[in-house]
Amino acid sequence: MKKGSGLKGFVLALTASLVLAGCGSNNNEAGSSTSSSAPASSAAASSPAASGGTVKVGILHSLSGTMSISEVTVKNSELMAIKEINAKGGVLGKQIEAVVEDGASDWPTFAEKARKLLSEDKVATVFGGWTSSSRKAMLPVFEELNGLLWYPVQYEGLESSPNIFYTGATTNQQIIPSVDFLLEKGKKKVFLLGSDYVFPRTANKIIKAQLAAKGGETVAEEYTPLGHTDYTTIIAKIKEAKPDVVYNTLNGDSNVAFFKQLKDAGISSADLMTISVSVAEEEVKGIGPEYLTGHLVAWDYYQTTDTPENKVFVENFKKEYGADSVTSDPMEAGYVAVYLWAAAAEKAGSFEVDKVREAAKGIEFNAPEGKVTIDGENQHIYKTVRIGEIKADGQIVELWNSGGPVKPDPYLKTYDWAKGLSDQ
Amino acid sequence: MLSSSILPRRVWLLLGYAFAAAALFSAPLYLNDFRLNLLAKCLAFAIVALGLDLLWGYTGILSLGHGVFFGLGAYAMAMHLKLVSSGSRMPDFMDWMGLTKLPWFWEPFKSFAFAAFMGIVIPAGLALVLGFFTFRNRIRGVYFTILTQALVIITVTLFVGQQAYTGGTNGLTGFTKMFGYSLKSGTAKTMVYLATVVVLILAFLLCRYLVKSRFGKVLRAIRDGENRTRFLGYDPSSYQMTAFAVSAGLAGIAGMLFVLHVGIISPTMMAIVPSIEMVLLVAIGGRGTLVGAVIGAVIMTQAKSELSASYPDFWLFFLGALFIVVTVFLPGGIVGLVRQLRQTIIRRRSVNEINLNPVVPESNGVI
Repeated sequence: MKKGSGLKGFVLALTASLVLAGCGSNNNEAGSSTSSSAPASSAAASSPAASGGTVKVGILHSLSGTMSISEVTVKNSELMAIKEINAKGGVLGKQIEAVVEDGASDWPTFAEKARKLLSEDKVATVFGGWTSSSRKAMLPVFEELNGLLWYPVQYEGLESSPNIFYTGATTNQQIIPSVDFLLEKGKKKVFLLGSDYVFPRTANKIIKAQLAAKGGETVAEEYTPLGHTDYTTIIAKIKEAKPDVVYNTLNGDSNVAFFKQLKDAGISSADLMTISVSVAEEEVKGIGPEYLTGHLVAWDYYQTTDTPENKVFVENFKKEYGADSVTSDPMEAGYVAVYLWAAAAEKAGSFEVDKVREAAKGIEFNAPEGKVTIDGENQHIYKTVRIGEIKADGQIVELWNSGGPVKPDPYLKTYDWAKGLSDQ
Repeated sequence: MLSSSILPRRVWLLLGYAFAAAALFSAPLYLNDFRLNLLAKCLAFAIVALGLDLLWGYTGILSLGHGVFFGLGAYAMAMHLKLVSSGSRMPDFMDWMGLTKLPWFWEPFKSFAFAAFMGIVIPAGLALVLGFFTFRNRIRGVYFTILTQALVIITVTLFVGQQAYTGGTNGLTGFTKMFGYSLKSGTAKTMVYLATVVVLILAFLLCRYLVKSRFGKVLRAIRDGENRTRFLGYDPSSYQMTAFAVSAGLAGIAGMLFVLHVGIISPTMMAIVPSIEMVLLVAIGGRGTLVGAVIGAVIMTQAKSELSASYPDFWLFFLGALFIVVTVFLPGGIVGLVRQLRQTIIRRRSVNEINLNPVVPESNGVI
């Protein structure tokens, strides 16, 4: 027994010293970098993030786990934007250095890695997140350490943090116009189908209020757990309810199962229209275009969007990541986020968060989706809404657009029927 | 025998503990915000590992469901923090889900004492109930392990499904205050960290007391021969139930501390993968030794963070390789490796001095 204890003591001491050695060296690095940057900051406008000829930025997406299929493509487009900016001379004369971290589809890991990027790597800003859950996990860390997060995915709205810029669509830039579009086309009986988590639940709450106010009808509202793959019961319910359209907020693998089983049941887009808000080019590739031909989607950008900027974007992306790669709305929003941050930093003449945030107000950028502008009040961006139809080759063709960028309204203050939805 | 090394060993032991304790208590002085937070998380996992080691290393019961007990503790604390942070209003997610008033079972969590109490009692109580129905019916080995996995699936499904009451897949987050103080301040963080160190030391002493006592001897007797222990007049099931409940209670405490450090709890933390990872902490450190559990937890949590930061695209392969290497080549874990090395050195130093206590791996093949 005694021998064991002696050994334990030895191992304990060894480990403790190892851990300390590791931490100590890290600490020295941090210490020396801050001390060296202190005189520099008084000489020129700079922040701890910018030392020497580079400025560090964080990229925090799930590179492993269930969300990796979607998030890796956003990471790629963000890295491409950084490469392009560096080739043109960088930001404020400094080359951008990306610190890539893996959020691992796990919300606490997102929080941990956000803290690491901000307090250890001292990055100037972070581009990251996909699910609302990951954003909500990171938000307290960014607010606490006064960091800056650029979040590139359409989401359920009802949020506005001074430490986050939202470059994806909020509900009035995707869902609300799409419901108006359906009503205009005479599709009044709507079947709501979604994955059971915060985005579909909140989206459907808004859709129901909108339908009720505008003469539509919600015939049913069904939720399945994330990752659910058996839709025979749901399809039977759809057949029974005879809706004009199914409003689909399913996420991830469930879409594959739903659309395949819909086709197996002999229902094509001619018999029953569906409109999806989480199915983009990348997902179409995964599900198989043959199952989706003729169905509708609502986004702010498609690979086919006809702007000169998009031609260059798609071309560069294919050059970088292979000819069979596709571009999608969240990828484009991530790409735009990097450019918007660079423009804001240039305008501020600094990488400091408070100055960049102030300078970002009203910044315009000719994005692949067309002109976008940062709304200084809620830190979302003006975006053009587009309804598209999926074609047999997997591309999405635009049927309708809003004619110009729509002002973001995350709390739906400008909609009378939405009163009571957002008071919290 | 080996009289010359008795004193150095004692000294080593004391020095080792003193050094480790001093290093942990002084950590806020030399670690940055992220490192301190990571270390605090490591220590929280070390507490789960201690409990698991008591159950697996000493009693021979493998639970692959400790994520549930960890999660229940974490949710108890998170519910309190969420209520305190929301002020007088209902938590935001309930509003989105259409609830109009706070569910009755959330009400008492406004009290910190109640939340902390429930964070230990609910996991321990659940373990006791589960243990009652399994150990009394002599369900053990693989069958028990499978049951713990089932418990994981049931709990996760329940927490994801009852979104209005649990926050669903998002979990609970957005905590700002505790005892009226902002959780964001450096002082609050240091206090929470130091509390974790104190709890870890207390948990270590408790486990040490348990395994050194007669109770611990019976646990090891059950591990090495359950029927033989029964024939000696002991009732193994009550010992197993107690070990399981203590282990679950420790996991609950660890969960509460985890929430304070990380600021979020979601059902993914209770799922199968984290539950298995908790067991791996013990396996890698060296099961059947309390220090091994702590070392395994600290090293693995650090390694995971370091590897994923250095190789964001490949880190899982490294981690996988590490697990395979440890299970195949180091059945006794890190502590076992050091023991082996030491054994070799002693043999070389005194070939004539035959060691009468050859080191036997403390594993007995219980899986």
